[in-house]
Amino acid sequence: MEIEAAKYLAAGIAVGLGAIGPGIGEGIAASKALEAIGRNPEASGKITPLMFVSMAIAESTAIYALVIALIILFG
Amino acid sequence: MELNISLSPDILFYIGSFPVTNTFFWSIIVSLFLIIIFVFVGQRMKDIPSKLQNFIELLVEASYSFVESVIGPGKKAQRIFPLVATMFIFVLVSNLAVFIPGQSAISINRDGGTLSIFRAVMSDYGLVLVMTLIAVITTQIVAIAVSGPFKYIGKFFNFRNPMSFFLGLMDLVGEIAKIVSLSFRLFGNIFAGEVLGMVMLFLAPFFVPLPFMFLGLLTAVVQAFVFAVLTLVFVSMASEAEAEASN
Repeated sequence: MEIEAAKYLAAGIAVGLGAIGPGIGEGIAASKALEAIGRNPEASGKITPLMFVSMAIAESTAIYALVIALIILFG
Repeated sequence: MELNISLSPDILFYIGSFPVTNTFFWSIIVSLFLIIIFVFVGQRMKDIPSKLQNFIELLVEASYSFVESVIGPGKKAQRIFPLVATMFIFVLVSNLAVFIPGQSAISINRDGGTLSIFRAVMSDYGLVLVMTLIAVITTQIVAIAVSGPFKYIGKFFNFRNPMSFFLGLMDLVGEIAKIVSLSFRLFGNIFAGEVLGMVMLFLAPFFVPLPFMFLGLLTAVVQAFVFAVLTLVFVSMASEAEAEASN
């Protein structure tokens, strides 16, 4: 395999595999937050920012994979 | 046409041997803008506030009460508030500056190609790394000031038994990993947003990029918030270590 082809393949695999975990995790976070808001709608003002923060933290592993892929492609 | 994506910012011109990149240029503009606005409002505080003063007061009061709710009221909140709020406002404004219409069209000719004068400020890893280092070093200074230098070192190098020695080393790794995780989160999100926007513009120039720009707007606000809040949480965890130890 040529080195260029291997690079593109590696970048695709890195993002694809790295996005699985955060996808599941963010889904769980969002579903639990919505459940909590459904139980107690008055607390939505407190729950929503916390949900965004925890989702952004869960997302960071996907972002690491993305950074690696971008470094492979353009670095 | 081909996509012009590079990890490092482009050099616009040199002052002596110092390279001025487009992100550096814009970070200076954003800083000057913020300094001028805040000094202007601070100099002429009125009892009946103008619209601008009202807005700034709202921003400062809301962020101060948020800091108090995380770290507890009193002196601790007063000491950490300027650092965290400055980080939040600077990151927020420099992220939102990407959405000024038409800024990416301003470019200069260089070596047969064109160089855009604007580039998202936080997509320069150097700046993000420096801000993260400030946050992490502040955290360590707070930890040392709270628990004393010997206790601080004793947290990482513990020879009582092999298990706690290993855990101490893991703590050390955790402190270093904070630098990587905090800086890559901000840099990765903003840089990925830039690349995504560019690819979408390349594929379909009209209407299709709009939802992605909206996503970028959300990311810009949330990431600024997350960066500041994580700094705040690290510092507040470091400042609470003494309370546990003395109990």
